[in-house]
Amino acid sequence: MNVKELIGEGLFYLDGGMGTLLQDAGLAPGEAPERWNLSHPDVVQSIHRAYYDAGSHIVNTNTFGANSLHFSDEELEQILAAAVENARIARDTSVGMQSKWIALDIGPTGKLLKPYGDLDFEDAVAIFAKTVRIGVRLGVDLIMIETMNDSYETKAALLAAKENSDLPVLVSNAYGEDGKLMTGAEPEAMAALLEGMHADAIGVNCSFGPRQLMPVVERLLKVASVPVFVKPNAGLPQSRNGKTVYDVSPEDFASDVAHMIDMGVRGAGGCCGTTPAYIGALTDKTKNTAVLPLTEKHRTVVSSYTHAVDFSDLPVLIGERINPTGKKRFKQALAEHDIDYILQEGIRQQELGAHVLDVNVGLPEIDEAAMLCEATRELQAVIDLPLQLDTANPTAMERALRLYNGKALVNSVNGKPESMHAIFPAVQKYGGVVIALTLDDSGIPADARGRVQIAKKILEVAASYGISKEDIIFDPLAMTVSADQGAASVTLQAVRMIRRELGCHTSLGVSNVSFGLPMRDAVNSVFFAAALENGLSAAIMNPDSIDMRKVYYAYRVLHGMDENCAAYIDFASTCPQQTVIGSDASRGNATVREEGGSTLQKAILNGRASSAAAQTSLLLQTTEPLEIVQREIIPALDRVGKGFEEKTVYLPQLLMSAEAAKAAFEEIKRRMSSQASTADKKMTVVLATVKGDIHDIGKNIVKLLLENYGFSVIDLGKDVPPDSVVQTVLESGAPLVGLSALMTTTVPAMAETIAALRVSAPNCRVMVGGAVMNEAYSKEIGADCYCKDAMEAVRYAETI
Amino acid sequence: MHSKQSFGYAGQMINGPILTVAYSAPPIDRRELLRYMGCRAETEDVSMLIDSVIEEARPILQYRVCYREAALQQNGASLSFCSLSVESRMLAKCLENCTGVILFAATVGLPFDRLLAKYTHTSPSRAVALQALGAERVESLCNAFMKTLQDEYAPKGYALKPRFSPGYGDLSLSFQADLFRVLDCPKRIGVTLCENCLMSPSKSVTAIVGAFHNGVK
Repeated sequence: MNVKELIGEGLFYLDGGMGTLLQDAGLAPGEAPERWNLSHPDVVQSIHRAYYDAGSHIVNTNTFGANSLHFSDEELEQILAAAVENARIARDTSVGMQSKWIALDIGPTGKLLKPYGDLDFEDAVAIFAKTVRIGVRLGVDLIMIETMNDSYETKAALLAAKENSDLPVLVSNAYGEDGKLMTGAEPEAMAALLEGMHADAIGVNCSFGPRQLMPVVERLLKVASVPVFVKPNAGLPQSRNGKTVYDVSPEDFASDVAHMIDMGVRGAGGCCGTTPAYIGALTDKTKNTAVLPLTEKHRTVVSSYTHAVDFSDLPVLIGERINPTGKKRFKQALAEHDIDYILQEGIRQQELGAHVLDVNVGLPEIDEAAMLCEATRELQAVIDLPLQLDTANPTAMERALRLYNGKALVNSVNGKPESMHAIFPAVQKYGGVVIALTLDDSGIPADARGRVQIAKKILEVAASYGISKEDIIFDPLAMTVSADQGAASVTLQAVRMIRRELGCHTSLGVSNVSFGLPMRDAVNSVFFAAALENGLSAAIMNPDSIDMRKVYYAYRVLHGMDENCAAYIDFASTCPQQTVIGSDASRGNATVREEGGSTLQKAILNGRASSAAAQTSLLLQTTEPLEIVQREIIPALDRVGKGFEEKTVYLPQLLMSAEAAKAAFEEIKRRMSSQASTADKKMTVVLATVKGDIHDIGKNIVKLLLENYGFSVIDLGKDVPPDSVVQTVLESGAPLVGLSALMTTTVPAMAETIAALRVSAPNCRVMVGGAVMNEAYSKEIGADCYCKDAMEAVRYAETI
Repeated sequence: MHSKQSFGYAGQMINGPILTVAYSAPPIDRRELLRYMGCRAETEDVSMLIDSVIEEARPILQYRVCYREAALQQNGASLSFCSLSVESRMLAKCLENCTGVILFAATVGLPFDRLLAKYTHTSPSRAVALQALGAERVESLCNAFMKTLQDEYAPKGYALKPRFSPGYGDLSLSFQADLFRVLDCPKRIGVTLCENCLMSPSKSVTAIVGAFHNGVK
């Protein structure tokens, strides 16, 4: 028997706690347990041996934190060599009769990945890779990635294991009392990510006793097609006379875990607080238990860092608005590198009910691979929807899939061999569900049968890459009905046939159907309804379209997919019957901070964004854009700004007004984007939060106000190295830079940035701000101006 | 709290294991919240803003603490506890007459940082309000934890000193790394330390609390 067969075929036993036993043997608080492989090999060996003696098939090396973050290369080699040797000696001297294997144990780095922590994803992969390579060289039988409490770090570790070994990999996460990882992932999301990347078994360990872990285990069993394993704690730790004791006995532990095995768990061991006695009780209790057969779940599922979206549950709405095609304002945002605009498009679609966001940032003049990676990184930092990576550029696809925190939708492949051979390897490696267009070198077949034939061919090629049909969603192509009135019914027929004959899910870019017709929403929504009736699983659509959403919610009600019609009623209550000018649901309209002025001015003074936008849109019908800016917006802003300076207006109020003004500007921008939009802008200001600092609220407030006052802002974001600031100033010729720092520890980085600017761009002025700054400090580091708040930054910028 | 513990026995403070607790939401201190937001009064619009960010943050806030008790050796400004040694005149003053310390770390979790980041990009006014809420939440969590400690220790004849964090006075911020090592924060409550000693999730606190025997039972 090899270890793969052990994992795949029946019940396998893992080991129990190591750290807690080492503490009992005298490991001091804060001392690295991994060093005990060298200093106390006899203790480590005796623990390993006791687990093998108790019946464990797989024992983990004592290498939880053995990585290059914690140890020098030389010590890491020594520790790993000793650890594997300790396990080997234990295995060879154990009296256990079962087959015995050694797993290289890999725990988390203890660092959080960017953007919320400071460990880069690729650096994390490199750290794990180093440990994996040494372990493989030392001859371990398999790899155990465990106690991971962040999905992104789990992905980094699994990727490192897969890229540097052919060994089986078991992956286990530590869930909290809320049934999620500390950073938010649910079990279904982890199953999607880990199965997509071909983990050989997935599991749950640590945190709680078996009973508290039961709900998470049940959820994993429901969705996982690979074996599920558990390593619970011996309950919760308590302090009794200075000793740690756990509140679940070996017998109770064994009964609870036996129950999990009855439910379908195939691998079992223990974590903190469990000892060889627990594993002995477990193997005694369950040695004659027959495991349930492993079943394929046939799920088509994508995931984000929090949750999974299953295409069999409900029709899936894929928001199409992050795409420059035909959108001048979006093109402008891409050209200006306006990431916030992209984020806002994403957040807005989420609020409108999209389940997945399509991300297309392809423009001829930009580096699409770099831009897609950046957009993916930024979107997954703040939006918890799965993403559909949309690019025709295989390099861009590969790079974005690699850094995506979850299992992505891949848009798209088609029946042309070069398309499939370019995309499938990346999907095989990183996981993903692929949108496959039913066209090939001969074009789009005119009839449904032809499209189904192409679909079959795509499935064959996918299978040759190890990609199963669950990971393919077919798009049988909605064609323009104004050009061919039979087009829509062919598409609908193809949807039906693919669903029935191939058992695959389908998706359509619905709005293509109405191209060239007036009142397109009417055609789109009826076509959408018809497609749903024919078995459509997903639609790439515009979430702004009320007609499309009406169809979606009504369809769910009519097909018993909406308990108590709750989603429909909720939708109806927020669905605007017509545009109501002047109401602002999020803020109400009861508060009137300021009287006087026009309706637009009142909206800005009172901080009502949607009202400000609606009023601006109305005014634009009769008034020149620039006149609205000069006569309405600027005077209103000035009033609020003065109020703030005089301390009659508080910061949140100033910001609400600034946001309302921004909404008004957005309307104006939309109107003007056909004209030379930047012509009226004042000078350029470069803003950055300095290297090492990851707090950027203050900087963003300054940005908002500067933009309100007409400045063109290049926002470099947070944690920005001095070089980037200098380079941007040189490229843009900006006469002013604003730097922000929150922590005293990052002030040296600010000084360094200013010094670098003085050398390369001596005429550029520098204003600084942030929680730790003050007048004296700013002089000391050589800044031109200290601004205590955002209004001061605006006033200073106006003097240049 | 999830589990009940017994601290210190027979008038002795002892080196204990790391324990973890999850709290339900402590009550919101609205005055503190306003103060963090830079508002001297709660006007109607500010009030609505506060209510709406509380509503939005409520489901994603976590309240987690990990802690351990340790005996304290003190020699002037030199302090040692839980295999750690540190020099700090001000911490020593704060721990005067204490025989033990409780080391703890508290956090409201990473999902809160994601929500904050979202509004940092899209609505600075909400970001400012959320930022204030996060600061208030983690302070309230620390206060709730201190209250449980007091309730546990008082019957054993101990009273507690105010909590003291790395970066206060002459206690170096870099001591954070030592506390992290003995509290095992990343694994226990998901709090990690960056190179510059900033914690992530950002709304997290570490602190040292002195316990002294006052004989009152």
